[in-house]
Amino acid sequence: MGLIAAIEHVIKKPIWDCQMCGQCVLHDTGMTCPMTCPKTLRNGPCGGVREDGHCEVKPEMRCVWVKAEDRSRNMPLLPTVWREHFNNLRPPVDNRLKGDSSWKNAISGRDKETPPGWTPATEAPEAEAKA
Amino acid sequence: MSRLGELLDKGDELIITGEAPVIDGGTLEDYEAKLAELALWCDAMNATDNTAAHAHASNVAMAIAMQRVGVEPILQVVCRDKNRIAQQADIMGVALHGVENICCLTGDDVTAGDEPEARRVFDLDGPQLIRLANSLKEGRYLSGRKIEPAPSLVIGAVENPATHPLDYRAQRAAKKILAGARFLQLQICYHPERLEAFVAALHLNGFTEKCAILPSVVAVKGPGPLRFMDSSVPGISVPAETIARVADADDSAEEAYQLVLEQCQHALALPGVRGLHLTDFRKDGSISRLCTDLGIRPRSERESRANDFALAN
Repeated sequence: MGLIAAIEHVIKKPIWDCQMCGQCVLHDTGMTCPMTCPKTLRNGPCGGVREDGHCEVKPEMRCVWVKAEDRSRNMPLLPTVWREHFNNLRPPVDNRLKGDSSWKNAISGRDKETPPGWTPATEAPEAEAKA
Repeated sequence: MSRLGELLDKGDELIITGEAPVIDGGTLEDYEAKLAELALWCDAMNATDNTAAHAHASNVAMAIAMQRVGVEPILQVVCRDKNRIAQQADIMGVALHGVENICCLTGDDVTAGDEPEARRVFDLDGPQLIRLANSLKEGRYLSGRKIEPAPSLVIGAVENPATHPLDYRAQRAAKKILAGARFLQLQICYHPERLEAFVAALHLNGFTEKCAILPSVVAVKGPGPLRFMDSSVPGISVPAETIARVADADDSAEEAYQLVLEQCQHALALPGVRGLHLTDFRKDGSISRLCTDLGIRPRSERESRANDFALAN
């Protein structure tokens, strides 16, 4: 782990239980780390949430995504654009980035890279135009 | 194209899907006999993927077996047991055998099954898997590598209308529809008001035109399975009064039948609902009785003559 990653870990671990996936999406998920979901789901709660809002896998824990959804709507000071991103389809995790600094990858744009087959063919020209 | 695909293209006819029984040993002939009753009524049936995290004959083998005995399969693919490479291989593998219908699920956790010590995978999640299946349909693996010719796929998914966060469930369904799901088989729901709110939210926003909503019902024989689902199936809760209604009846089996009949009638009366997904735990001919009571014709009649069931608008 590099120096930047170490600093990031020291700050984010105690606050968000950061798992150092290296491609942070906290701001889009109500400042709740989706990698703390036992299924590491990045696109919302699974269908197994218990009647009390707790996790299927860890009954003592409130579902990470129940928490995230609540916070994305109700957390004070959260920028509107972050709230709006909550429903975005987040791409599959790039497992090569685990342990890396997500700050570094955000600055370089590495964390936005997706496999070529991820962007639908119908949207590809538009995506290229944006890039 | 698959019958399910044709029905989805038509956009206004009843669709009945079913949960095929799992395979734990036996021959193809045994399996054909097990499928027989549901097959009379269903347009297509799920080749399940290690349901509730229990190992069974694989989804791929099951889909091919169904194809061989003349039942249209829907290949279920869950994210719990395999990574993205293996998931793509399974979808491409069944496509080789003419299977087109794919249902994408996140899947129960390993702790829901009888081998809770197993490693969980979840390399992708349900919505990502839908997008991946669409990529294959467009003629590309996730890597971008070309597939020629591209497989003809009919892609769907699942959603649970009855669990938390309740107000968010329709948005999650919408996310799956935007990712490319053309049908959604819903988790079994014992809270009619939750199902109503979920379907209404999708219908109001035009999503039911893009995607067939298929609420699930399960035919059970008494209060036992209701209690089991309430306590042990992740994401299903059964109100105490519903269990009591069946448990306290003079004829529990008949009361359980009436309950499922009411659930079907309620679901089919909701604007935006295109049909039902049926599971049979009774295995006593109740599915035939149920469809007959609902005024649904057998699949062969719907296919060849008239699929004239009046859906709510």
